[in-house]
Amino acid sequence: MTWSFTEDRPIYLQMQEQIKLFIVSGVYPAGSKLPAVRDLAAEAGVNPNTLQKALAELEREGLVYTQRTSGRFVTEDVNMINSLKTELAQEQIMKFLKKMEEMGFEKSETLELIKKTAEEMK
Amino acid sequence: MAILECSGLTKKFGAKTALDDVNLSVETGRIVGLLGPNGSGKSTLLKLCNGLLTPSGGSLAINGMSPGIGTKEIVSYLPEQTYLNNWMKVSDLVDFFGDFYRDFNRSKALEMLKNLEIATGDRLKTLSKGTKEKVQLILVMAREAKLYLLDEPIGGVDPAARDYILNTIIKNYNPEATVIISTHLIADIETVLDDVILISKGKLLLTSSVDEIREKNGKSVDAFFREVFKC
Repeated sequence: MTWSFTEDRPIYLQMQEQIKLFIVSGVYPAGSKLPAVRDLAAEAGVNPNTLQKALAELEREGLVYTQRTSGRFVTEDVNMINSLKTELAQEQIMKFLKKMEEMGFEKSETLELIKKTAEEMK
Repeated sequence: MAILECSGLTKKFGAKTALDDVNLSVETGRIVGLLGPNGSGKSTLLKLCNGLLTPSGGSLAINGMSPGIGTKEIVSYLPEQTYLNNWMKVSDLVDFFGDFYRDFNRSKALEMLKNLEIATGDRLKTLSKGTKEKVQLILVMAREAKLYLLDEPIGGVDPAARDYILNTIIKNYNPEATVIISTHLIADIETVLDDVILISKGKLLLTSSVDEIREKNGKSVDAFFREVFKC
């Protein structure tokens, strides 16, 4: 897995999003232990305090939790992870639809085109 | 707690003012970028912190002390120019640092030298400019200091070594220590920094966290710097 950051937004927000992505995609499965802050920071090439801030936000959202002596874990609530997954997918779809609208496609036309393209890719 | 405090710090060289009434407080446990165009006073500030220069006005305290023997024990400084003896072998330099500094972690230095494939039997004068810089930085980073002052640490080394060095800074991160890095290569170190100190023509322009700059301006510190100092 790789980490990348865009220029235009705070790094802690982008860290937060990437960790979410790693959770829904199963890189960090439900209930698993997250790497130590120092290791994760080194891997991503980011400041440990920034990462700490991102993790604190995720904790506030209930997606990760800290066990006092043994570290930080991904939530065991699979429903929560699944609804996050749907939410992230919807975000992408909305972005995509907006882009298609800008190109002059009606929603129905876009849907047709998706079907057709998906079949061609098989 | 503040590890570095400057109040009204001023440095003049004859008629030229290199630093002008700088008020600054740097907290413990931060990684800070000291940024500014050429000749803005970055190196002067770092030299003042090390007692290589004395202030013309105002004051400066490191961990509550004026620069001197007490601060040298807790400050690890990478100057812009090398002062190491060319005839020495890398292993001699490791011994040298070990003799000089109580907080020097020899095994850490040897490990970093190994990771960067620098042979300890080589004499400094046989090494390339970039490799020399790596050796010096390794020696400086191998101390368990409270304050690291790095003057242009990544300018002369290749991108792969740059990544390794920045990684070393992250891995060495310690909530008790602060790292101040002066550089022009902002894009390379931006994600590593907590805060930036922006100086221009000897004056303090801005101190801010990296994410604050990104939040307020919708652009990276690098892009922000280019805009502020557009020629």
